[in-house]
Amino acid sequence: MKLHNISINNLKRRKAKMAFLTIGLMVGIATIVTLVTLTHSMSSDIERKMDEFGANILITPQSNGLSMNYGGISLGGVTFDQREIQESELAKIKTIKNSKNVSAVSPKVLGGVKIGSHDVLLVGVHFDSELKMKQWWKLFGDAPKTDNELLLGSDAAKVLNVSTGDTLQIKGESFTVAGILDQTGSQDDSLVFASLPKAQKLLGKEGKITLAEVAALCSGCPIGDMVTQIAEKLPDAKVSAIQQVVEGRLKALDQFKRFSYAMAGVVVFIGSLIVFVTMMGSVNERTTEIGVFRAIGFRKSHIMQIILLEAALVSLLAGFLGYAAGMGGAKLALPFMAESKNAHLVWDSTVAFGSIGLALTLGILASLYPALHASKMDPTEALRAL
Amino acid sequence: MALIEIKNVKKQYTSGDDVVEALRGVDISIEAGEFITIMGQSGSGKSTLLSVLGGMNHPTVGDVEMAGEKVYQLSGEKLADFRAQNLGFVFQSFHLIPYLTAIENVMLPLAIVKMNTAAKQTAARRALERVGLGAKLDRLPNQLSGGEQERVAIARAIVNNPHILLADEPTGNLDSKTSEEVMALFRELNDAGQTVVMVTHNPENGAYSDRTINLKDGMVVNA
Repeated sequence: MKLHNISINNLKRRKAKMAFLTIGLMVGIATIVTLVTLTHSMSSDIERKMDEFGANILITPQSNGLSMNYGGISLGGVTFDQREIQESELAKIKTIKNSKNVSAVSPKVLGGVKIGSHDVLLVGVHFDSELKMKQWWKLFGDAPKTDNELLLGSDAAKVLNVSTGDTLQIKGESFTVAGILDQTGSQDDSLVFASLPKAQKLLGKEGKITLAEVAALCSGCPIGDMVTQIAEKLPDAKVSAIQQVVEGRLKALDQFKRFSYAMAGVVVFIGSLIVFVTMMGSVNERTTEIGVFRAIGFRKSHIMQIILLEAALVSLLAGFLGYAAGMGGAKLALPFMAESKNAHLVWDSTVAFGSIGLALTLGILASLYPALHASKMDPTEALRAL
Repeated sequence: MALIEIKNVKKQYTSGDDVVEALRGVDISIEAGEFITIMGQSGSGKSTLLSVLGGMNHPTVGDVEMAGEKVYQLSGEKLADFRAQNLGFVFQSFHLIPYLTAIENVMLPLAIVKMNTAAKQTAARRALERVGLGAKLDRLPNQLSGGEQERVAIARAIVNNPHILLADEPTGNLDSKTSEEVMALFRELNDAGQTVVMVTHNPENGAYSDRTINLKDGMVVNA
């Protein structure tokens, strides 16, 4: 017979009360695990998607004050007839310190051309990297495979009154419309896309580009540092992060995170109250028992040990069960919450150990006062009979 | 020197503006090996006296010396240790721990003693055998009769070989036949050298003791 036998036997006997206590704490822990895991998984999902195809750094020429927008994003001062960036300069991006974080570079050349009676903006791109970055594009027809094929934005196709397979004349050269973009709601709708070398040639900008998009976001990518590093390598270019896109998404996620933590805080508070009230009730119920312990010579510290050990055992169990239930909940909720269908659950050992540690800490903290109260009981009053 | 010396012990309780004097200058001397019954009517102060003897109730005035130790000069935790090492308690309502078996209840005072489990079990088994319950070691309290529960309570009180066994109305909840058996058990323990101090209101129990101390209105009327 040792002190822990008393705690364990009491837990075994008061199964219903202890189950209530365990469930109370378990629900709290499960909620926290679910919210934290969901937030992590959604962050990871967004980061992965951005990593895969989202551009978040723009390289444009130093401008002299004329403004230009691309995709609704302000690029600062750029003019068509201004200085361009040498395409060969882009190779330097691969030499920056964080070059490993660069997943794609998509150079573009822009220029106005006349097609029939219409002025249109011709954009030269490498279709491979462009399609990789813009996975939200839906194409009717095919992506251009040769230099004499074009991809048209939906509005451009309407204005020019062409469909896939039709032919267009640009500066005396004949081009086939290989594909037409579905409405994107962006500036892409009014553009005409051609292969980069062909566009450079048509616009008289061989070897030059107007801007380049870089996809670099990944978990823990230092975007700010990368912008600085690229700017150092390309002193004639203006390098900027597409803050709106990145920050917009991260801000939304940050709000969800804060909401999660607030929810978790409320749930933790309620869980702690359940533990406190149950332990206090248990102590009051056991007044006589504690009186007997004190009468036969148990020290105050012995009484505290018994009560706190009970709390610790219940909390540990609640922590394990809460973690398991929380991960289960996150797995069920993730498909409804994440942006992509193939979002996967992030298993984080910190969450596992943290949730069990949190349950233990909460259980013990909430039981501290009841234990102290029990240890201070006057044995004479506790026994009453004496 | 006497095993227990109580000198001019007074105990006052305050209830609002009223001061109740439960003990009004009690002097008692008890020798080792004595069997003492403390008798008196309800409110005479006998239970208060037992709690003072048990190191659980600080007297307002006076000294209590037991086994050469001035009990109430000990600090709170030292006093708990003193109780663990020197006193055994038998309570009126037995106060067995309901979720522990008979042998576990008896081992309770040993839970805070540095001793291996086998030795604790041997001591508890021996104590239960002494009170005639060697065959019901693993029964829970609710599986035992009132008399058997009383015996478990006695076994728990003697398992650590205390200097003094204190009992508060040990037959208060028992029928007369069982009461006689329990009193005979106390007598037997005393015959084996155990000092027993028992509070009782039943005059028949006095017949088992060596000496009866009568209390009236917080004072000893004969000692």
